Amino acid sequence: MKGRSLARHISEGGKNLIRNGWMTFASISAVTVMLLVVGAFLLLIMNVNHFASSLEEDVEVRVFVDITASETDQGELLSELENIDGVDAIEFVPKEEGLDSLIASLGDQGDIFETLRDENPLNDVFVVQAENPEETDLIATDIEELPHVENVEYGSDIFEQLFAATSLIRTIGLFLILGLMFTAMFLIANTIKLTIIARKREIQIMKLVGATNGFIRWPFFIEGLLLGVLGALIPITVLAYSYSRFYSSMGTATGVEFFQFLPTNPLAMQMAVLLLGIGAFVGVWGSMMSVRKFLRV
Amino acid sequence: MIHMKDVWKTYPNGVMAINGINIDIEKGEFVYVVGPSGAGKSTFIKMMYREEKPTRGDIIINRNNLAKVKERHIPYIRRNMGVIFQDFKLLPNLSVYENVAFAMEVIEESKTNIRKKVMNVLEIVRLKNKARFFPHEISGGEQQRVAIARAIVNNPAVLIADEPTGNLDPETSWEIMHILEEINDRGTTIVMATHNKEIVNTLRKRVIAIEEGRIARDEQKGDYGYER
Repeated sequence: MKGRSLARHISEGGKNLIRNGWMTFASISAVTVMLLVVGAFLLLIMNVNHFASSLEEDVEVRVFVDITASETDQGELLSELENIDGVDAIEFVPKEEGLDSLIASLGDQGDIFETLRDENPLNDVFVVQAENPEETDLIATDIEELPHVENVEYGSDIFEQLFAATSLIRTIGLFLILGLMFTAMFLIANTIKLTIIARKREIQIMKLVGATNGFIRWPFFIEGLLLGVLGALIPITVLAYSYSRFYSSMGTATGVEFFQFLPTNPLAMQMAVLLLGIGAFVGVWGSMMSVRKFLRV
Repeated sequence: MIHMKDVWKTYPNGVMAINGINIDIEKGEFVYVVGPSGAGKSTFIKMMYREEKPTRGDIIINRNNLAKVKERHIPYIRRNMGVIFQDFKLLPNLSVYENVAFAMEVIEESKTNIRKKVMNVLEIVRLKNKARFFPHEISGGEQQRVAIARAIVNNPAVLIADEPTGNLDPETSWEIMHILEEINDRGTTIVMATHNKEIVNTLRKRVIAIEEGRIARDEQKGDYGYER
């Protein structure tokens, strides 16, 4: 296609948008609503994914060693732990270190524990990491059987519930997004159909004087693309702004270190690109759907 | 130039419009196609610019077989033929100049080329001084001349006219006929379906009469042969 034709197609496509006033408005609104929901779910899903994967890294078994165990006993225990299938890494945390981190985590109030330095009531701990987070369960039961193990701790139930919740959110989000995408697509297809009907005569003449189908299709392609892209602008702005507000307010709140949100900077950009892509796709798909039927004459 | 060999056309609803037509039209000929309404004249004309596809047989124009040509090649075949209609088929929101230029724009001709050729054909149809007018501002005869200009602007080898004078008064009809004759004199083959007895009987050309989907008569310098 030649450059001047592209300019012509773009101006024709733009003119169509204006000519169909209310239907254009309806289509863009549909895309806007769809992308607002899609975008919100995207932000949610990406954060949940991030959270889940950071949790997966954190899934570990804390093995509390008997206080009575001697140093050789501990060595035996370590080699036994190493022999268990599926164990990825083992870290030894002596009780002195455990006390340090306990005091540090309590801040000012931690000072009262300083008196415990001499007769440390804590256990030495082995922190065991599984190669595969889902196998943590099995490994923990194995370890419980070993000698000199006083107690084993790992957050099994909570994790299972969390994993179930994240996959549920993903599924719901996916269905909602697909449903809304189809709605928006059909509205766009209808808008374009109006354009085509209004320009029926023009298309007929174009065909008579030898315009190719590709040439006739272009303005409608542009119109669909514009509908989709224009529909993405408001959701991107609204979501990026709200997320950055939300993120900065969460950042200043205390005690949420446990849940790390994704920073606004790359996330908002990724979301914008995705929403623009989805908007453009839905717009073009909708317009091509109605043009195809029409050009088969 | 135009060869039809054993052409049949049956519409999906069962109407048998064309029932075995053989015809040869040479380059530079001027041919009237006459016949009663519903005799297949319209289908005959429509098959020539591949608006309708024959059910059986071959239609060869400029060495292209319209019965077998692929859908995507049709635009390129149409670029080598011009078509005009009873209702002109102009775009109301485009000026005379733009209506003619439109035919060149959609086949992606350059702007300078367009300007030169459009003014040229407007001169042939004697509308150069009305280039800026819109279709509703000019008479029916002038509108048909715009349509003719649009049909010939890409230098087609064939001009197909479907009742070009059907909506015009006798005087204006003659105006159109003189322009068509001029175009014919430049070497363009013209096939014209018509109901105009006076024109056919006065401006004597080859006459092909179609009745019940068959060729009933084919004479050089023939007459109209029907009461109206």
